[in-house]
Amino acid sequence: MIRHLKILEYALSSLVRRKFKNLSIIVVYTLTISVLASILFLTHSLKLEASNILLEAPDVIVQKISAGRHDLIPAEYITKIRDIPGVGTAKPRYWGYYYDALTHSNYTLLGSDSNLTGLSLLKGSMPSDSGQCAIGKGVSDVRLTGIGREMILVDSKNTGVVFTIVGVFSSESSLLTNDLVILEKEDLIKFFGLKAGSATDIAVKVHNENEVQTVAGKIKQLLPDTRPITKSEIIRTYDTVFNWRSGMMLTIFSSALIAFCILAWDKATGISAEEKQEIGILKAIGWDTGDILVLKFWEGIVVSLTSFLLGIIAAFIHVFFLGATILAPVIKGWSVLFPDFRFVPYIDLYQIFVMGFLTIAPYIASTVIPSWKASVTDPENVMRG
Amino acid sequence: MILHPGILALIAGSFIVFIMMLYASILGIRIITRWDIRSSSEEQLTLEKKTYLVSSIIKYALGFEIISGLLYIYTVDDIYRLFVGAMCSTGSLNANPVGWYALYTKIIIFFASSIWIALNNIDLKAEDYPLAKPKYIAMIFITLLVGLDLYFLVSYFSGLRPEIITSCCGSLFSESGTGMAADLAALPPKPMIRLFYITALFFIGTALLCLKYKSGFLRYAITFLAVFSFLVSMASIISFISLYIYEMPSHHCPFDVFQKNYHFIGYPLYISLFCWVFFGLLPGIFQPLKRISSLTEEIERSEKKWLSLGIVFTVVFVCIASWPVIFGNLGL
Repeated sequence: MIRHLKILEYALSSLVRRKFKNLSIIVVYTLTISVLASILFLTHSLKLEASNILLEAPDVIVQKISAGRHDLIPAEYITKIRDIPGVGTAKPRYWGYYYDALTHSNYTLLGSDSNLTGLSLLKGSMPSDSGQCAIGKGVSDVRLTGIGREMILVDSKNTGVVFTIVGVFSSESSLLTNDLVILEKEDLIKFFGLKAGSATDIAVKVHNENEVQTVAGKIKQLLPDTRPITKSEIIRTYDTVFNWRSGMMLTIFSSALIAFCILAWDKATGISAEEKQEIGILKAIGWDTGDILVLKFWEGIVVSLTSFLLGIIAAFIHVFFLGATILAPVIKGWSVLFPDFRFVPYIDLYQIFVMGFLTIAPYIASTVIPSWKASVTDPENVMRG
Repeated sequence: MILHPGILALIAGSFIVFIMMLYASILGIRIITRWDIRSSSEEQLTLEKKTYLVSSIIKYALGFEIISGLLYIYTVDDIYRLFVGAMCSTGSLNANPVGWYALYTKIIIFFASSIWIALNNIDLKAEDYPLAKPKYIAMIFITLLVGLDLYFLVSYFSGLRPEIITSCCGSLFSESGTGMAADLAALPPKPMIRLFYITALFFIGTALLCLKYKSGFLRYAITFLAVFSFLVSMASIISFISLYIYEMPSHHCPFDVFQKNYHFIGYPLYISLFCWVFFGLLPGIFQPLKRISSLTEEIERSEKKWLSLGIVFTVVFVCIASWPVIFGNLGL
């Protein structure tokens, strides 16, 4: 133990003596690690956000499928679903997308009668009367508007409809509400020109969590032209999509890692005459090959851990304080009105573990042969020059 | 399925380890065929230098393998959400049974490489490297194991299909089920508790005797006891330790202990068990090597260390396992 500590002390002093060479490795190593760590942190936060939101989601969403495409669902389906044993509530939801040519962005329009769980963070109030609306932070920013002002949206008959803004969602819930415009239910039906007696889809709550799958099966059997989507299916899909995206990014950036390993190999192989002499002297005064290997091991560990820590800190700042400006567009996906949200700073030990495995392992592997070559140097040869 | 960060790390890491081991094996084969300790030719000198390279490669490889074993458990535990019907690692492993082989291979690699490193350390201390040849032959087998492990990992993760409905620990480790896992779960807890503590006490007693007497029989006995303790402890984890940790009289899963709900208690539990068994195995394995005169002294010196560490890890494991039994809320 003491022997290792002494060798570590020597390793530190010899690293400081060659600071510029080591600094260049540390800089590149840190950069590589921070890119990889940013990807992992970002996807993990997105997964966390998504799963937090989905906790509030209905157990089953029933959509009608017509010719393989999502269609409006007739209201009489609701009573049929309610009659299935185990079903708690079944409510119609009215919503749709709206392209705003003025700001070149898409809004999500939602009828206020629909299930509105988890949307409690409201400044002002929810629309209670015809002609009122509540909007998300993103919409209010992009339209430069706010409570008490008016907003004109163009309906399905191509006529402008004026809505008074009575509420703005605060930014904490922006992932959910950023592009949201909430209208009175009747307003929304009129706005989109929906058929009377039909809804966009049906949100179903099931009393017993274990029965969700069975209920979904029964709905499919009873109403063959529908598609029941369970909450766990959505969660699983999100998980897979985010894993896939981060995996894809990691694979792309692994070329950077390989380039770095080549650099590390090169730096470790090209030991200077001075360094060779140092090893020669160490051996002449009684160090054996094993000791030099331990010395090289500690040097590697110091360089790796320093860069690893710096890289993780850089990634942490990039993702959690700067909002992952560089990576976000790729991982988040495509949308014009994407919420500018701050992730909750959180480090998962597993991520650190994965990072360590992805970066330290290749570094050690690419320096093991060069370190051995250095350690078997013959003192006699070196000192003769 | 392969594009999961943890899976990528595992496969990339195992691939690197395999390449390193392959390189070490090629060097090993050269050492096996050309090794002649009495010669002072340049070739022999180079070979002697190369032994350092091989042993440092293997040390790193083992380090990776240990971490990758933990990472494997954690990853398998992380991806169970993607399968219908899975609630822990058991579900993920059942989703493609090759996963079980990967797990077993990892356990075997852990023991094989740790024993190899102990062997190597002893050998390097002797002046004439008496174990050079057998050591490198053993290394080739470890390389094969590492290759097998990589193959199992790739085929496991690439064969995972999210739409598979898998069965979870509740059905595999159920008292009424069939198969070995179910039989282990059905072992009556009370006699198992007795057997477990008696085995641990017996191990510690034998280890103390080994520290005092030089008898070869005792050394073989302790190795046998280490194997026996491993089996008894695994059976105990399934039969009663898990019950106390989960505080549920019917939940026998040996994998749920790795989850956050149980404070990741599985990691220290299994690590201490593996260390206990490893140090317990060594004295008997090295007993026959004492006949080589240049090794006798070194083995006897190291043996004391192994035995003491074996006792320490036994105590640690028993303490971790007993904690929920004594202080938990469940009473059987």
